[in-house]
Amino acid sequence: MISFTDINITGLADWSKIHFIGIENYENLFKDPTFLQSIGNSIFYVVIGVPLVIACSMGIALLINFGNSWVFRLFRLIFYAPSITNVVAVAVVWNYLYNPQFGLLNFILHFVHLGPVPWLQDPIIAKISLIILALWRAIGVDMLIFLAALQGIPKAYYEAAQIDGANSWQRLIKITIPMLRFATFFVTVTTLIGWLQFFEEPFVMTSGGPLNSTNSIALFIYQNGFQFSKFGYAAAGSMVLFVIIILVTLIQFRGQHKQQDNQM
Amino acid sequence: MNESIQHKKLSKLIVLIILSVGGFFMVLPFIWMLLSSVKTDMEILQIPPTVWPKSFTLDNFINLFTQMDFLIYLKNTIIIVLFSFIGLFLNAMAGYGFAKYKFKGKNSLFYLVLATMMIPGQVTMIPVYLMLNMAHLTNTLLGIALPGMVGAFGIFLFRQFMSTISDEIIEAARLDGCSEFYIFWKIILPVSRPVLAVQGILTFIAGWNSFIWPLIIANDQKYYTLSVGLALLKGQHASNYALQMAGSAFMVVPIVIVFLALQKYILQGFNVSGMK
Repeated sequence: MISFTDINITGLADWSKIHFIGIENYENLFKDPTFLQSIGNSIFYVVIGVPLVIACSMGIALLINFGNSWVFRLFRLIFYAPSITNVVAVAVVWNYLYNPQFGLLNFILHFVHLGPVPWLQDPIIAKISLIILALWRAIGVDMLIFLAALQGIPKAYYEAAQIDGANSWQRLIKITIPMLRFATFFVTVTTLIGWLQFFEEPFVMTSGGPLNSTNSIALFIYQNGFQFSKFGYAAAGSMVLFVIIILVTLIQFRGQHKQQDNQM
Repeated sequence: MNESIQHKKLSKLIVLIILSVGGFFMVLPFIWMLLSSVKTDMEILQIPPTVWPKSFTLDNFINLFTQMDFLIYLKNTIIIVLFSFIGLFLNAMAGYGFAKYKFKGKNSLFYLVLATMMIPGQVTMIPVYLMLNMAHLTNTLLGIALPGMVGAFGIFLFRQFMSTISDEIIEAARLDGCSEFYIFWKIILPVSRPVLAVQGILTFIAGWNSFIWPLIIANDQKYYTLSVGLALLKGQHASNYALQMAGSAFMVVPIVIVFLALQKYILQGFNVSGMK
């Protein structure tokens, strides 16, 4: 409802100042280059980020599932640890690591004779830097989901395959990955939604810059609603985000059903 | 046979090496944070950076509390955590209601609760802000804590667990003349300890880390939480990395300690929530 009005800071104090302006907010929204850019950035995050998160967390889960001794349990703890930490705190730490002059990362690169990388200064590299940070935090939870799924695969399948002479690579491709289908689906949906709502990392590290190149839809909504006090406009933005999330989720569920039907 | 055992050992070694390299990069930011937080301002701006601090100093941590308002932020954060524990209790009550009582429209009400899980936070952010503003709760601690107190996921988890408690116990207690609240307090809560532990830890972490609501609601620095204070610190002391690292360490280390102490329950919690 709010998204159809021109409510702003004066409207907060005096309700009679609020006018019903129909879909004007939405019209302006799709003419606003900043909004279009933030949608583009969010698509970039999703396209690069989702496959990366899935590949990394599944890979690590497979590796950790390899053994059961205390070393592997220790690694499980280590990989999980980043995901419980405070986003703001780690963003501040990574901001320091990414510092072009004093940061550790460029120092390491210098050590191996590579030129300095402008981690947060270049529009495209800045996006990738933020993805790396988010990936670092996301691995833990998703890895645990994959691990739980891996432990649910009956051992008998592997034994049967071994008797049939399948090597370990074939077993991975033909048994493990298909059996992880549900976990993969779950992780894909949650990661996708997570990337669409990407907020704290760009807020703390770049405030959407340089040149709005790291602005996400969620950050756009925050800036308009709470920094510029254009509540109606921001609410319209949040409705667009909501529709995108619902659509994406529905498409995912469709795809999942189709896949299952094909296998029947 | 001997060959296959050797083969297995070799692949295990390779796996361990890959994991070690990955693990090193996972903990590197933590280690660098801790090392940097005890360096002096001078040392931290040196090129090339020193790996091991030359002189240990706790000045950065002391500065956080004397020059910055971290004591106030800490107090606010603790208050919010306490509020969210009250919320946890309400979640448990709601879960019990959905699990064990029969009333009209129970199922549709429960689906309504579940549906709220689907809606992203940004969509409700502005309406909730305007509502709080109408109730004059913006810029108060209550306003920060209120929206996050009850959550669909918590209710759902409690309901799932509490439906497995047998009805006979509750019936027997009723026959003995126990009040409903007494049953909830003395029977249901103790039995639900596993879920309570998981939810308690998650609640603590969420409260400690809460960022976006305090940021929106609190205009006044005296209502800032640690996260918001840290973001402010980053803006104000952009080049004092030692101070920033100390602030980050102060936020991260307690969580890591809680996590290490209770990791058994947290990892178990994934199995509980996985059983749904």
